[in-house]
Amino acid sequence: MVDGAVPRFWREIPQRYNLIGNRCESCKTVYFPPMEACPKCRRKSLGKMKELKLSGKGEIVTYTIIHVGPENFENQTPYPIAIIKLKEGPHITAQIVDCDLKDVKIGKKVESTFRKIQQDGDIGAIYYGYKFKLTD
Amino acid sequence: MRDVAIIGVGITKFGELWDKSFRQLISEAGSKAILDSGVSGKDIDALYIGSMSAGRFVGQEHVGALVADASGFSHLHIPATRIEGACASGALAVRQGYLSIASGANDIVVVGGIEKMNDVGGTSATETLATAADQEWESFFGATFPGLYAMIAKRHMHEYGTTKEQLAQVAVKNHYNGSKNPNAQYRREIKLETVMNASPVAEPLGLFDCSPVSDGAASLILCAADKAKKYADKPIKIIGSGQGSDTLALHGRRDICTLDSTIHAAKMAYKNAKIKPGDVSLAEVHDCFTIAEICAIEDLGFVKKGEGGKAVEEKITTLDGRIPVNTSGGLKSKGHPVGATGVAQIVEIVEQLRGEAGDRQVKDVKIGLAHNVGGSGATCVVNIMEAM
Repeated sequence: MVDGAVPRFWREIPQRYNLIGNRCESCKTVYFPPMEACPKCRRKSLGKMKELKLSGKGEIVTYTIIHVGPENFENQTPYPIAIIKLKEGPHITAQIVDCDLKDVKIGKKVESTFRKIQQDGDIGAIYYGYKFKLTD
Repeated sequence: MRDVAIIGVGITKFGELWDKSFRQLISEAGSKAILDSGVSGKDIDALYIGSMSAGRFVGQEHVGALVADASGFSHLHIPATRIEGACASGALAVRQGYLSIASGANDIVVVGGIEKMNDVGGTSATETLATAADQEWESFFGATFPGLYAMIAKRHMHEYGTTKEQLAQVAVKNHYNGSKNPNAQYRREIKLETVMNASPVAEPLGLFDCSPVSDGAASLILCAADKAKKYADKPIKIIGSGQGSDTLALHGRRDICTLDSTIHAAKMAYKNAKIKPGDVSLAEVHDCFTIAEICAIEDLGFVKKGEGGKAVEEKITTLDGRIPVNTSGGLKSKGHPVGATGVAQIVEIVEQLRGEAGDRQVKDVKIGLAHNVGGSGATCVVNIMEAM
């Protein structure tokens, strides 16, 4: 990540802390992160995108176990990262936590949990956001 | 649209080139291309340079002008433009040069691609490469670049039964080809067990499933086809060119295992060239990771979706196979100086079509395809070449 600029992180707080996405009132498709316009309805959707808090429940579409991580994640390796299909439709990328690595599998049900994501060096800002845990 | 031909190619060695600077590399590749063609400085109308991140790798932006200057064109004041599309920057520069001639705006242009990645440490290089992913919604959460391709691989294995051994065979094949390429970073063959037992990077991908961090540059001289014979004995025509885009983040895609940007770019290029995938004699595809080559040969239409792993196992893509893929050694063995890659792929196709590829020459080649991808598939460029 690019260092510095803390506003870059706090401006994403609604999404990262509370999974706030939005929904196109024209075709009802849900987006996360929120979209300015619905890619399906485009012009028709302008001004009709409505904020929506997502349930945080979903299913693993694919995953990997990261063994070589970026500097800010080195103390967490090996850690699983997955693409999750949320109940409302959007797909997101997040870490899977509180589990045996061997229990992470495609198709497993998961739900979101609020965690520390990374820290900017020893004295830098601590960034929080969503991770997911297995529920079945 | 006018026809466009390649009348000169130049490439540096790829690898850890501690004694060569950014400027030296790009001017070496450019000079070789100019010497290979019959053009001189005053014939050149414009310069297009592909570089992903000179700003982060060598702390230098404004590289369009820098390259014109280093190449000795400053007194000619020709337009010099830098193009960026992550790892697809090179082929994007080729396509811009191609379009500028096809449109009639220019007659002769120099295209270059470069990346000097080793002046920063490995961690910094990896972080810079990761800027091709979605910083806010992938990288922030700890997804790495190999991690994204690993997730493609995991899903491909789940849906189509692709095996880790089939992935490994891509690396073995490309190292074999690279062992025959004097400019390759790794000129040695590797064993299947070496790939299979390598330390894990992002499961199921290990160290030998990943392309390296490299320095290098490549260059082409493009010319209006009707004037090409004046400058070259064996001009190579660009008969098709296509480009596609997709969501920046992998998780936004229609299908995790398909690069729709490749499908879009290929469709455009095949239509342009009036050919079918089966007409292609050989291809250079973007194997930044072994799984990427398997997806590429499927998405380019050489084999059916899901059969890429089997095709590698059945040796369809080896030097003497039905459709040789990555005869240069690919990104895996030749090296992957990101901005240079898309241009270097076309250098290989040109050498093959001219019959000048030495030990790795494929017999009876007519049509060659180059496929260059940016990020995990948000940008793709496909160019198709044929001897004139």
